[in-house]
Amino acid sequence: MYRYDEFDHKLVAERVEQFDRQVKRRLNGELTEDQFKPLRLMNGLYLQLHAYMLRVNVPYGTLSSGQMRRFADIARKYDRGFGHFTTRQNIQYNWIKLEDAPQILRDLADVEVTAIQSSGNCVRNITSDQYAGRAKDELVDPRKFCELLRQYSVLHPEFSYLPRKFKIAVTGSPNDRAAVAVHDIGLRMHENDAGEIGFEVLVGGGLGRTPYIGHTIRAWIEPEHILSYVEAILRVYNIHGRRDNIHKARIKIIVNQMGIEKYRELVEAEWQRVKDGPLAVPDEEIERIERYFAPPRYETLEDETDSLAEKRAAHRAFDRWIRINTAEHKVPGYVIVNVPLKVLGKPPGDIDADTMDAVADLADRYTFGEIRINHRQNLAFVDVRQQDLFELWQALDALGLARPVLDSISDMICCPGLDYCALANARSIPIADDISRRFVDVDELADVGELKINISGCMNACGHHHVGHIGILGVDKRGEEFFQLTLGGSSDQHASLGDRLGPGLPQDEVPEAIAAIVGRYKSLRTDGERFLDTYRRVGIEPFKEVVYGGDERKAVA
Amino acid sequence: MIIANRLTDGLVVFYKGDGGWTVDIADGLVITDEAEQDGLIEAARADEDRCVVVDPNLIDVALDGGSPRPTAIREAIRAFGPTI
Amino acid sequence: MKALIRHGELADDPYAAPADDESLPPTGAVLVSLARWQSDREALLKRADPLGVRLKSDESPELIADDIGRLSLVALEFPKFRDGRAYSYARILRERYGFDGEIRAVGDVLMEQVHFMLRTGFDAFELESEDPLGQFEIAKAEYSVWYQPTGDGRRTALQLRHSNRG
Repeated sequence: MYRYDEFDHKLVAERVEQFDRQVKRRLNGELTEDQFKPLRLMNGLYLQLHAYMLRVNVPYGTLSSGQMRRFADIARKYDRGFGHFTTRQNIQYNWIKLEDAPQILRDLADVEVTAIQSSGNCVRNITSDQYAGRAKDELVDPRKFCELLRQYSVLHPEFSYLPRKFKIAVTGSPNDRAAVAVHDIGLRMHENDAGEIGFEVLVGGGLGRTPYIGHTIRAWIEPEHILSYVEAILRVYNIHGRRDNIHKARIKIIVNQMGIEKYRELVEAEWQRVKDGPLAVPDEEIERIERYFAPPRYETLEDETDSLAEKRAAHRAFDRWIRINTAEHKVPGYVIVNVPLKVLGKPPGDIDADTMDAVADLADRYTFGEIRINHRQNLAFVDVRQQDLFELWQALDALGLARPVLDSISDMICCPGLDYCALANARSIPIADDISRRFVDVDELADVGELKINISGCMNACGHHHVGHIGILGVDKRGEEFFQLTLGGSSDQHASLGDRLGPGLPQDEVPEAIAAIVGRYKSLRTDGERFLDTYRRVGIEPFKEVVYGGDERKAVA
Repeated sequence: MIIANRLTDGLVVFYKGDGGWTVDIADGLVITDEAEQDGLIEAARADEDRCVVVDPNLIDVALDGGSPRPTAIREAIRAFGPTI
Repeated sequence: MKALIRHGELADDPYAAPADDESLPPTGAVLVSLARWQSDREALLKRADPLGVRLKSDESPELIADDIGRLSLVALEFPKFRDGRAYSYARILRERYGFDGEIRAVGDVLMEQVHFMLRTGFDAFELESEDPLGQFEIAKAEYSVWYQPTGDGRRTALQLRHSNRG
């Protein structure tokens, strides 16, 4: 993975000292809360319901074992012993003191981690495919370009006060695991007929109050021009993006108001002016960064040895775990192991400090010391020898992290909701808990198969409810919590926004509604058909019927 | 009652009326006389200017066996912590 | 107090800045709004002394592109410090139009922004502060490493990395 050089270290150190001065100026009254808020947000510090919350970047979801141990240290020393992985591949701490924040940032800087721009109206953490560089289906390893974009976006002098936040995601696989179509800029990497690599650029996707799937603004751009093209997009947005209404300030609004053709015209005109300037990326910089992403020292191994087959035959649970929680690696004899952070009774994405340390130890032992985070709030070990699978499975099982639930009903995305978040309208974690308790049987989960449930506690959609196969949105209706269901959303390469099923339901009716939808799906599906495919084939009516009994009598919200 | 977050550590605090703040809702001042409300919120806001608290606000509470409990779910969660 | 810093020093403002409904002084440098510039352009261009135009945050420098050569000052307004349009305007003035006069940040300007302003082409600042020069000095020196190339000519980390290797 990328390692800082002297320049990266210096910049981060200077940022920490700047923030230290800003905190002091806030505490002594030189800065008002109104002035300080955007400054602390650009350093990842929110003021939530119970305390300050610190959001720490995990650039494109890649983390070393040492960094994970530092996360554990911080959880113990400055927080209440746990952290929460988010849908943007970051980690959040919920109980941070303002006075401690500069020192925490110093502790993080020691291990080359920052909270720079994890919030604020600026370019946020660059996200990517959690299997980047490893997946068998990958066309181009996007990580070096993620790093290039990370550096480009950090403390950008022109784009630190954009109309609103700005999220960029990159995928190098035709199977989009990074949800690029619902990002402000989505980049799809592929090869052209001449064997050159390049980007398809999407713009104006996003969730929140007004969800949109991104438009292709340019079908092909060469790597040397990626920064200048992104700069052109950002400049047009910075100038034309709306600043009169916070709910209309994201790039998706202006792109869809002026139309993608007009937006493209402005961007192309700007790009022509800047493309041959100093933003053109020299080959030697791409090569410099690429060296950090050289493959680890793989052994020459074979796939699916007899001993593995034997173990699978002897241990049904092990076999099921392999089928559900692992993914194919591009190197023979290796495999990607997913570690869903979906533990019964715990909020999705939460992990305590001891488990962080244990995961770091397993990463050192079994996967070259690297850990990945995905946007579904799970971890992954991306370089596991197949011959180690049985041992690793047992070790994960001992930690309670070997449930075979990847992409199942139990593998929900869930924002912190009203239990923590100052923006939320309703609690999302108890809903996730209710649903996971309703579907505990692993046979049933496996039978239902891929069914992604995404839960948000408000319109801001941190839980990506619009693109859940089943989406759940918490709303407040005269002081009471209700939950609106949407069906048919997806954030992959065939991204779609879910359709609203009907009026909101009270909390205690949600698990039964999900069960009814699942039951209907099972009766309607053809062989091997996923929930999403069945939904797309039959439409919303059959599901409406089972939830509302045809009369939508529960029309309360 | 008047609720806020303490500037230094962000913890939820309740106004005690005599210029102090407490993290324990049971020790906070329950304002029963509307005539006092304006003066108290003004005093609380002065503590915001003095960099003691952030965003002081009035919330409704009900007395539950003598102890105050915010009537809105959000404020109850702030007072008593996450529900899960 | 509100102070003007030009080229790194506290300075008296040489520009008179009459409101749109006030008359212009007969001679001397003046700073006028875009509206006044557009309505009184001919008369203003006849003056012998330095001219400045003040742009609101929704007024692009494209609107004065033809007259850039006659201007000595463009003041860019920050109605709120969170409104970041003027950073782009400053770069457009410097890098697209080659404007080499004064670009002044006016309005809600905080010391935390001075560094970014310097990088995008501002060279004058109206700072509201007890110690404007002291704050300016701190802000100016906050960073010594930059990732992004802008028209200010500072060498980026990327450029230094590769020049170091020869």
